[in-house]
Amino acid sequence: MWIAIGILTLMGLVLGGLLGAAARFLAVEENPLEEELKALLPGSQCGQCGYVGCAQYAAALAKGEAAVTMCSPGGKALIEVLAKKLGVTADLSEHEEKGPENAFIVEDLCIGCTRCIRECSTDAIMGANKLMHTIIIDACHGCGKCVKVCPTDAIVMIPVPVTLANWHWHKPETGNTPSQPEVGHAH
Amino acid sequence: MKLYPVRGGIHPEYRKEQTSEKAIVLMPMPAALYIPLQQHIGAPAEVLVKEGDLVKKGQMIARSQGVISSPQHAPTSGRIAAITEVAAPHPSGLPQTTIIIEPDGKDEWAVLPEPIADPFAADPHLIHERVAQSGIVGMGGAAFPSAVKLNLGTQKKLDTLLLNGAECEPYLTCDDRVMREYADEVIDGARIMAHALGTPRVVIGIELNKPEAITIMSKAASAFAGVEVIGVPVQYPMGSERHLVQAITGLETPARKLTADLGIVVHNVATARAVHHSVRFGRPLVSRVVTVSGRAIREPNNILTPIGTRITDLIEFCGGFATRPESIVNGGPMMGQPLASLEAPVVKGTSGILALTTEEINDQPTSSCIRCGSCVTICPCGLSPVEMAAFIRKDNLEGAAKLGVRDCFSCGSCSYVCPSHIPLVHYFNYAKGMLSDLERELRKNDRVKTLVEVRTIRIEKAAEAKKAALAAKKTAAAPAATPTVDEEKTNA
Repeated sequence: MWIAIGILTLMGLVLGGLLGAAARFLAVEENPLEEELKALLPGSQCGQCGYVGCAQYAAALAKGEAAVTMCSPGGKALIEVLAKKLGVTADLSEHEEKGPENAFIVEDLCIGCTRCIRECSTDAIMGANKLMHTIIIDACHGCGKCVKVCPTDAIVMIPVPVTLANWHWHKPETGNTPSQPEVGHAH
Repeated sequence: MKLYPVRGGIHPEYRKEQTSEKAIVLMPMPAALYIPLQQHIGAPAEVLVKEGDLVKKGQMIARSQGVISSPQHAPTSGRIAAITEVAAPHPSGLPQTTIIIEPDGKDEWAVLPEPIADPFAADPHLIHERVAQSGIVGMGGAAFPSAVKLNLGTQKKLDTLLLNGAECEPYLTCDDRVMREYADEVIDGARIMAHALGTPRVVIGIELNKPEAITIMSKAASAFAGVEVIGVPVQYPMGSERHLVQAITGLETPARKLTADLGIVVHNVATARAVHHSVRFGRPLVSRVVTVSGRAIREPNNILTPIGTRITDLIEFCGGFATRPESIVNGGPMMGQPLASLEAPVVKGTSGILALTTEEINDQPTSSCIRCGSCVTICPCGLSPVEMAAFIRKDNLEGAAKLGVRDCFSCGSCSYVCPSHIPLVHYFNYAKGMLSDLERELRKNDRVKTLVEVRTIRIEKAAEAKKAALAAKKTAAAPAATPTVDEEKTNA
């Protein structure tokens, strides 16, 4: 019996020691989910989510501290991708209010200081020193970083216009169809 | 010839008798023509004229931009009055860039490209080029640039050109009249197209409710070997190219594939006539036959209309409204879209303008789904409308996409048969729009990510270069004090 106890104790000690060593030497410093989430985010470090940058938001998401709806440049499409990745249901009610936006430079107010150009992380602003700047709409993702640095308030955010190319039918209103079943199920 | 059954479909009241016996009449030139830059699928055309320019009939006023695009031509001679934003013939009524022409009343042709003397001996590329230059697009309604479709012969092995004369939409009779009055032109155009495609066989499918058109077209076709006219069953949506192909060959076009993958290219009969005009006479597409019908129209008619005629002018030519119309529809009553503005012009894809009364529309309040399954039985695409609509109602677009909402082509049969009057096809149009919005957004996010990465790399490189320059400067400033590493290296 003593032999059995001895062997089991020895095994326990050795294996426990191995596990302890593994935990110390083979530790994963960062949550791998964090990297994956970071890759999904736009990476423009605009800070609209309230975190310093995309990496910090990704970390908060991975820990489950932040909602998936906070990245406004990513839009609805990103919310859905994040929700799917994290296996949560996104509450889109707040997001619906604000559609996608683009920056727009009021040309009369622009003094050509190039501050916004340096700030823009997607190279969406064209212009030169003391010359008027303009936004390349295709490259702008509406992060709004340029708005904050403009000394003359010449940059405004405008909603992405509805054109013939992106217009589609609205959701049908079915006021007469009750959303709850009128009768209970039979089973 | 043996025909094959097509799944589902409906048999609505056709109501074609209002205009089917009315011969095509010519619309007098209105006071102004409105030529939108985008009348087709693809990139809008690029303006070639400016305000005040004088143009001749058939002169190119906007050229095509990119591979899938189409040019626009002046439908008459006159002066460019303005290039401005005008409401599009679209349910949204959103504006689009439009060239406004003031006709001078002379209707003088410009110098047109030479007719192709013997098109059947000509290089197919010459015909593609001519069709592209003539601004011909699919005139059945989709308005896809025809030259792109004629080019399919170079990429795929084709055996049949199927000419679509089914005209399954109620009310519309423009294709019927074109076939009855210009059968020779249609068949000549079809033979030219078949030559361009390299298909030995031409089949013309016409619904059996147009017996005169079948007789006349068969007679005109009998002179040529390899041209066949086939009467197809009267069953909406027989005029959908996939379903017409299925009825004639028994083959079902796979989802997200083209009929060309089965070796068949489908063109509309009016498109064939436009090809005939462009190849034989060098004339671009500047007018089309439009059916103006519905009980609210005083004198329904088939009208040869210059492209760019405002719909209000067209309705006025038909004697105006007999009663107050409940809805003005652009196209047929099944797949057509309500028009937001009568100021919008007739474009190359306008097959009909319908002014419908309340009785004709028969709008009923929506009630609850009774799970009768009618929509599933009649869906010509084999989808399950009831389930898809349930998903969409709860904003589960992904669920609807899994059930194949993208394969729905909005024929409206499900909405038509639904005893509870649930706007099923409206749900699918909404879902398809939302899904393409999401796709666009994801594409943009990808693009933004690349832009950010490129910028980061550039900034890092610039910083490194700066550091290197600084280091080089330092060493250059004190060359005498220490023998530089570089020198030693070169000496060694």
